[in-house]
Amino acid sequence: MDISSFVLFWAAIFTSNILLTNFLGMCSYLSVSREMESSFGLGISVLFVLTVTTGLNWLVYRYILVPFDIVYLQYIVFIIVIAAFVQLLELVIERYAPALYYTLGIFLPLITVNCAIFGVSLFMVIRNYNFLQSIAFGAGSGIGWMLAILMLAAIRRKLKEKLVPTGLQGVGISLIITGIMALAFVGFSGIVQVQ
Amino acid sequence: MTKKDIFIVSAFKENSVWRQILGICSALAVTNLMMNSLIMGLGVIFCLALSGFTISLIRAWIPRSVRMMVQTLIIAAYVIIVDIFLQANLPLISKQLGPYVGLIITNCILMGRAEAFASQNKPLDSLIDGVGAGAGYTLVLLVISFIRELFGFGSIFGIKIMGSWWTNWSIMVMAPSAFFILAMLIWIINVKFYKAKA
Repeated sequence: MDISSFVLFWAAIFTSNILLTNFLGMCSYLSVSREMESSFGLGISVLFVLTVTTGLNWLVYRYILVPFDIVYLQYIVFIIVIAAFVQLLELVIERYAPALYYTLGIFLPLITVNCAIFGVSLFMVIRNYNFLQSIAFGAGSGIGWMLAILMLAAIRRKLKEKLVPTGLQGVGISLIITGIMALAFVGFSGIVQVQ
Repeated sequence: MTKKDIFIVSAFKENSVWRQILGICSALAVTNLMMNSLIMGLGVIFCLALSGFTISLIRAWIPRSVRMMVQTLIIAAYVIIVDIFLQANLPLISKQLGPYVGLIITNCILMGRAEAFASQNKPLDSLIDGVGAGAGYTLVLLVISFIRELFGFGSIFGIKIMGSWWTNWSIMVMAPSAFFILAMLIWIINVKFYKAKA
């Protein structure tokens, strides 16, 4: 696919937002967005892990899985790469930046099971991106995800004093807000076409 | 609990999607066509039931510290089977589902059932629990996709049922409608069956 990494980066944020159009990473999105600070912490962690693991998985896919003809093992290998990287990151942060560890530490285990991270790696393989495109796609998706969770957290904070129908409280109203946000993002969709 | 009770509790009373809000990602992504939803649902039932069975079978030998990783690998193995099966037998649907088949691995329902049920119960009970939870999940997928396909394409399971007078609602095919319909579904169920309290 010949699309420049620069365009792909913006497309991943706006026209094919990982959360609002591909529905990935919903679980932690819904549960963490109660507070602004934790949303920001998780958003930053997702952005960083997503960018690096997409690059790593591309290298692993291109130089290990394809030459050895074990592409069918990609799911297991990708998961292991992601889990190992998160574990490593946790160790490094704990050792060298304890202050950061206390703010971000609790989010890191959440990230291993965040389907956005794994999903981006799978998209990268299916769409046949090259290395630069993969990094751009990973970073763009991370920023897009962070944007979405920050918007929801901000709206939910405003919503605390408002009256919401009882059956709709919590998840229900969050889904409706997300739907409206997705509707707004549909407005971007004509600009670039990424499948 | 009898086997039947296990099934009913995990399929309806404690339905993963509307009670525990797990597995939303794929519930939203694959529901624009009923056929895709059905295949996805069957795939999830297969993975849930067999991974529950396997995890329960070897639960005494899994060290606590690495149990997450072991569970994930067992789930991944079954997902690979589903993926290869779909690629071989239903290539078109496999292409439409795209990465979402692989994403069954990170579907929180599987991890949730493995942790909450399979790691503490007998193999056969875990198998039934898995089928139950999967059936509940499939039910939600089919309800959402029924609405989306009916209004979005005027058809059910690909068979046209609306006449030529029908204008497709393109919003139903796009992402936002999935959010709205799931929200409405959760709302109705909360009010009707769980008597949401003020």
